[in-house]
Amino acid sequence: MTGRRRLSLGERLTLAIPYLWIAAFFLAPMLLIAKISISHSVLARPPYEPRFHLSDSLAEMWVKARTLTFENYRALVSDSLYFDAYVSSLWIAAVATLATLLVAYPFALAMARSPREWRPFLIGAAAAPFWTSFLIRVYAWIALLKDEGLINNALMALGLVHAPLEMFATTGAVIVGIVYSYLPFMLLPIYAALEGQDPSLREAAADLGASPIDVFLRVTLPLSREGVIAGALLVFIPAVGEFVIPDLLGGSDTLMIGRTLWNDFFANHDWPAASAAAIALVSILLVPLLLWERARLREEEGRR
Amino acid sequence: MSAPLLSVAGVTKKYGAVVALDGVSIDVGAGEFFALLGPSGCGKTTLMRCIAGFETPDGGRLTLKGEDLAGVPPYRRPVNMMFQSYALFPHLNVFENVAFGLRRKGESDGAIRARVGELLDMTQLAPFGARRINELSGGQRQRVALARALAPRPALLLLDEPLGALDRKLREETQFQLKEIQRKTRTSFVIVTHDQDEALALADRVAVMCAGKVEQIAPPADIYEKPATRFVAGFVGETNFIDGVIARDGGAAFVTSFGRLPRAECALADGARATLSVRPERIDISREGEGIAGRVEDFVFRGEYTLLRVRVAPDVVLRVGAYDGRFAIGDDVKLTIAPDTGVLFAEAA
Repeated sequence: MTGRRRLSLGERLTLAIPYLWIAAFFLAPMLLIAKISISHSVLARPPYEPRFHLSDSLAEMWVKARTLTFENYRALVSDSLYFDAYVSSLWIAAVATLATLLVAYPFALAMARSPREWRPFLIGAAAAPFWTSFLIRVYAWIALLKDEGLINNALMALGLVHAPLEMFATTGAVIVGIVYSYLPFMLLPIYAALEGQDPSLREAAADLGASPIDVFLRVTLPLSREGVIAGALLVFIPAVGEFVIPDLLGGSDTLMIGRTLWNDFFANHDWPAASAAAIALVSILLVPLLLWERARLREEEGRR
Repeated sequence: MSAPLLSVAGVTKKYGAVVALDGVSIDVGAGEFFALLGPSGCGKTTLMRCIAGFETPDGGRLTLKGEDLAGVPPYRRPVNMMFQSYALFPHLNVFENVAFGLRRKGESDGAIRARVGELLDMTQLAPFGARRINELSGGQRQRVALARALAPRPALLLLDEPLGALDRKLREETQFQLKEIQRKTRTSFVIVTHDQDEALALADRVAVMCAGKVEQIAPPADIYEKPATRFVAGFVGETNFIDGVIARDGGAAFVTSFGRLPRAECALADGARATLSVRPERIDISREGEGIAGRVEDFVFRGEYTLLRVRVAPDVVLRVGAYDGRFAIGDDVKLTIAPDTGVLFAEAA
């Protein structure tokens, strides 16, 4: 940009709307949670003792700020339950993201290469599950995966197995649930990236001696990178904090931070500990997002 | 011509009810610069895509160096193509774009570096090897596309409207470069274009196509001077179409609504209806003397000559190129069409 133009009042107001939105519905709740995360847990309603009060004088706040302790955060590090839950969440989310990518990419490719007049219908079909409640769709997987579920019954009826396979209430079931639930979030950005590719690029590659596999690896795949990254983030970030899927499909040994958080909040009534865990989770998720955004901006800068 | 490099024999291609290629036969020699010229929709691009392997003909045979190309996929054909849109890889820099075909051939890094360097020098792109495609001008992209297509040393290079996206000045400059590169590399070039100037300027031979058929294959001068069909005469260059009847009483002549034009030789029968095609600059114009009387209605200054519109009959206006002499609207003039100028086409029955 060469020289900055002064913005008119109308332009400023227009630009202010998204910022106000983020401030009101993201930043303010985050600050509330941050405030709870540095307070004490008590047996009361609400079950915490606020550290600061609006009636405090500045001097009182200063004294309190100096004696501020972060015992709830320290617990996150010292209590191996949290650490294990974070690592396990990141791991499960990573495996599930990869699995979603492997399922979504061929789908996206088939959609992008299908006749133009089919595409709106296929996009609609990909988004169709959203018309039903997420909770019900995850419940449906129980009916499929449980010991007397559809899959086990079918396998036993066919004589392929003699005892039901243990699928329900496993980490594997959680991954299947995530792949199923988040597939459209991976599918659509990859489809958009593939659909926008100039078909003459593939022809040019074939013309220069690239076999169909080479064309895919050297042209189609690298040119869909942005879509893959966007899709992976859209799946990975919510999957890390996922609560419903591990709670319904996971076993007692499936450790995910969303569940730990829920337990702290509703079972243990330890709002400060849960809040600290939530703040830590947001920080963990923001870091890769910011890194990606920076890499993208730098690339765009380089292209100019 | 001994065994041609590329032989297209009776190739047919249909898209549903539309016949894109209707029994096209063309031979291209080794080292030849060949042009496929025609209006859009004439089938020239389809023919080129058949040669490259992107389309499969419904009938006929394509052979390269005597080998049948049927069933040979594009990536196994020693034919490269320069795309109209250039189709440069946006995720690779200039060097890697040019090296793409060589890498697929599995050539060594040293050989690739040498060959790419050679081509970047030839196309005056040497300083741009590390640039990304979107950092290049249109003319530079055009040269990268050419270098990339030439890099694997194809037996035949196809060029789809290679100069179409360039502005007028750059186009002429690039025409000379293309010709020079074709001479240096001794590669057969087949250029597809709708621009007659481009075809006439570049090619050793031109095939003029219309509605899926080849109308004429000939060197540029013959295409211009001796068009084989009325379509070729009308499509290439400017011309006058004059309707008339052949008369053979006492020396061949062409009888028109504005007089009797003596003809040198003519294969058509007495009384046959025909059309005479005469280029504007082949009609002589003077202020007096013998000739067809006419009156200047309008003129356009074209630089090296002036194009006049001369009415010679109530319903006939001829276009005449005047190289010297000044004419004004309303001038009475005499036109002469020499007995050996122009081409006669028998009227389709």
